[in-house]
Amino acid sequence: MAAHSDHSNDLHQTGEIPKAQTKVIWKTFFILVALTAVEFLFAFTMDAGTLRNAIFIILTIFKAFYIVAEFMHLKHESKALIWSILIPMALVIWLMVALISEGSYYFDSIRNYFN
Amino acid sequence: MSTSTTLEAPKTGTWDGGNEPLKASYGKLMMWFFLLSDAFTFGALLIVYGLSRHSHLPYTGSPDDFTFSTEWWPIPEKVFNAFPGFHGVDLPLAFVALMTMILILSSVTMVLAVEAGHRMDKNDVQKWLMWTILFGSIFLGCQAWEWAHFISGTDEGMLLADGTRIFGANLTMNQYGPPLFADLFFFITGFHGTHVFSGVVLLIMVFINTVNGVYHKRGHYEMVEKVGLYWHFVDLVWVFVFTFFYLI
Repeated sequence: MAAHSDHSNDLHQTGEIPKAQTKVIWKTFFILVALTAVEFLFAFTMDAGTLRNAIFIILTIFKAFYIVAEFMHLKHESKALIWSILIPMALVIWLMVALISEGSYYFDSIRNYFN
Repeated sequence: MSTSTTLEAPKTGTWDGGNEPLKASYGKLMMWFFLLSDAFTFGALLIVYGLSRHSHLPYTGSPDDFTFSTEWWPIPEKVFNAFPGFHGVDLPLAFVALMTMILILSSVTMVLAVEAGHRMDKNDVQKWLMWTILFGSIFLGCQAWEWAHFISGTDEGMLLADGTRIFGANLTMNQYGPPLFADLFFFITGFHGTHVFSGVVLLIMVFINTVNGVYHKRGHYEMVEKVGLYWHFVDLVWVFVFTFFYLI
């Protein structure tokens, strides 16, 4: 794929329009559809539980990876840009996990205090 | 202060603006950081969802015997099982599957528009933007139907202890489970729907500019790319909303 930030050649382009390069795009689309289909398969064939939830979350992270890396093109950006997005996001995910697991204990203890 | 504008030679030195460590334009960079901050907002909503769910009892019986009750958090398959035109038929998660497909497809047509923009192919950009607007609008329509059905409720409703039945949902009471369940449904899918709506408005603006040849004259279709980043983010959020609200 062409570098996104480089538009220097576009100005002087005359006549012929190059052919579309859509192979990667459709491949990503089929991966996303397949992952969603697998999610539905698990939703209907497996009993609810921690294992099923873990499978759902892992498949969701895979889907998120393909959307961000290919559709949003982050995989092909500079290293500095990739990290400046991923590091804050990783910290927020840590915060989310911490608040969901510890926060319920905190919430319960406050509620029990007032009951 | 001087009011006149003077033309300055572009700065090229490392320390006076000539260095570009992230190798992305100002607009794209700011879109990325806006999306990062938006992800924090959705993260906060998911934290509240996780917390509320943890602080309510789960349903422990067999899924076949499941009934709606304010005692436990509902099983999503039992709540979201309606499909337009199939009244009374139990089709768990079918409609939300369709909505997910529509949104993924709209994401694909958006990348195709961005790709056409790189080739300066005005006709292709127009075509794919049109498809994206169409799929985005269909998604919004689906969500409107989903909300209407959620608010008006099912035929059976929920049987209360005093023998009366309640139907549908509002912010204080709902037939599906604890009040927080409907509140979070309205807030999370509503906030996402607002994003989709803004995205469709942005797409229409970009489409009009494309048709008028604004970007062609400018020499690049970077605006399509920036709106594209926003649109993919909306799709990304839906992937998470779908997992945490409809599957888990």
